[in-house]
Amino acid sequence: MTAEKKLPLFDRIFKPEHIVLENGHSIDRPKSRMPLILLVLAIAIVISAKTTGFDFEILLRRANQLVVILGRIFRPNFSFFPKVISPLIGTIKMSIVGTVVGCVVSLPFAIFASSNINRNKPLLFVVRIIVSIVRSLPVVVYAYLFVFIFGMGTFAGSLAIGVFTFGIVTKMLYENIETIDMGPYEAMQSFGATTLQSFWAACVPQILPQYLDNCLYCFELNVRQSSILGYVGAGGLGILITERISLRAYEDAGMIFLTIFAVVWTIDLMNDFIRSKIK
Amino acid sequence: MTQEMTANENVLEKLYSEPKNLWKRLLIAAVVIGLVIWGNSGSQFQGLTEKGLNVARAILYGITHPETMLLFDLTEKGIPYLILETISIAFLSTFIGACLAIPISFLSSTNIVPKPVAYLFRAITLLIRTIPSLIWALIWIRVTGPGAFCGVITQSICSIGMISKMNISAIENLDTGVLEALDACGANTFEKIRCGVIPQLSATFISTAIYRFDINLKDATILGIVGAGGIGFPLNDAIANARWNRVGAFLLVLVIMVIIIEWISTQIRASLARGKR
Repeated sequence: MTAEKKLPLFDRIFKPEHIVLENGHSIDRPKSRMPLILLVLAIAIVISAKTTGFDFEILLRRANQLVVILGRIFRPNFSFFPKVISPLIGTIKMSIVGTVVGCVVSLPFAIFASSNINRNKPLLFVVRIIVSIVRSLPVVVYAYLFVFIFGMGTFAGSLAIGVFTFGIVTKMLYENIETIDMGPYEAMQSFGATTLQSFWAACVPQILPQYLDNCLYCFELNVRQSSILGYVGAGGLGILITERISLRAYEDAGMIFLTIFAVVWTIDLMNDFIRSKIK
Repeated sequence: MTQEMTANENVLEKLYSEPKNLWKRLLIAAVVIGLVIWGNSGSQFQGLTEKGLNVARAILYGITHPETMLLFDLTEKGIPYLILETISIAFLSTFIGACLAIPISFLSSTNIVPKPVAYLFRAITLLIRTIPSLIWALIWIRVTGPGAFCGVITQSICSIGMISKMNISAIENLDTGVLEALDACGANTFEKIRCGVIPQLSATFISTAIYRFDINLKDATILGIVGAGGIGFPLNDAIANARWNRVGAFLLVLVIMVIIIEWISTQIRASLARGKR
């Protein structure tokens, strides 16, 4: 009787098939959930296609337009390069400041958000909720709001990137802290060290490589992301991209993309080098 | 100090044998600080002006006093419909992206196709990922015109890049021993795929798709800023017109929606990782 009550709702509606094996044992084979999943999926697709006005015809009719645009993007206008340099440096500066600030601020918050260091349940909950809320808004929205408060320019962009980095690095870091070996920490505590001392000596060496790795990953992500912040007026390459695309100067836009691609690739290589040094 | 005195010699020995890399650390710190100062050099910080402070106060007031009318407005301008639209964009684009990513990721796996073909397809997905989604939206708007449909197409394309990157590593880690065992049992090609390949890959593929749904949901909110449908469009409108209590209502709903969906997707992915159905 008790075993029957534990059955999920699905198995109580669609009774499992009862199979008697050759050796006399019997097993219950639950009905496949696949038809139900497919049905739900199909309904969801139909509803969302209706709400979004999905239309294959437009796609087929106008697809050549995309080919034209992409064709022009892939023929970058190299003489445009000198105009790219200054906003590009602005974008990189913005990402550096934002990443460093975000990563540094995330450290104390991550410590307070990890359940094995912070034994205070309500505080843990509050810190985690704050981090979740910070993380749930996209960086463009932050940039937009900061542009209103601090005025147009790279400062708003740096701050937006900083807030975004804070959210993501804190989450990665506290998940990391929670998986570390707590033995050394407890040993230090039994020595009579304070929480801070033992954290510094026993936990920091364990999380540092991963933390730096996350920071580098974030930096790469930020360089890519900060190139769009200009759209809302937060400085950097975005202003140029938006301007060129709205003027339909796709060759110039292609040059900008090529530059971003080269920079991101270089940073990626640099990060790999630093990572190999850390390990 | 007292610890050092009471500690036995072994501990002291370990303590002193720690490599002395103070200079190296100072150098790294100096480089990082130098980079930050250089990065800040060009930033135009005019300080918090009176106007800026007023705006900040207005934003805070708006966020704490959201316009409740919007929350219960069931027409096309109300928040319930906008949320449905945003989730629809994210869902449909994840579905299309995940479906398109499956053949592409098989074609970019070095253990399935010859290396040159694999690298060609990898280069394509890398290109897709380099252009930010906002820029893709600006390009697609020229093709489809503004609206939610543009958001769906944009996100489908952007999803392919990331989903296939995750799928490739799953395909390249396929355990071929299972296939050999099935061969030995006399299974045909179809049976080998059904019982040897699909069970190994499905959990990763589904998990990646759900993770991407999370990201698409967040992205769908910003695509609206360029006119690609979803909740971002009225949000953009409200910010541009400084109607902060509308902004507050939008942000509040956005945060709640994202947190709930993220929680659900984490639960599903955790149960997939454990192998439970």
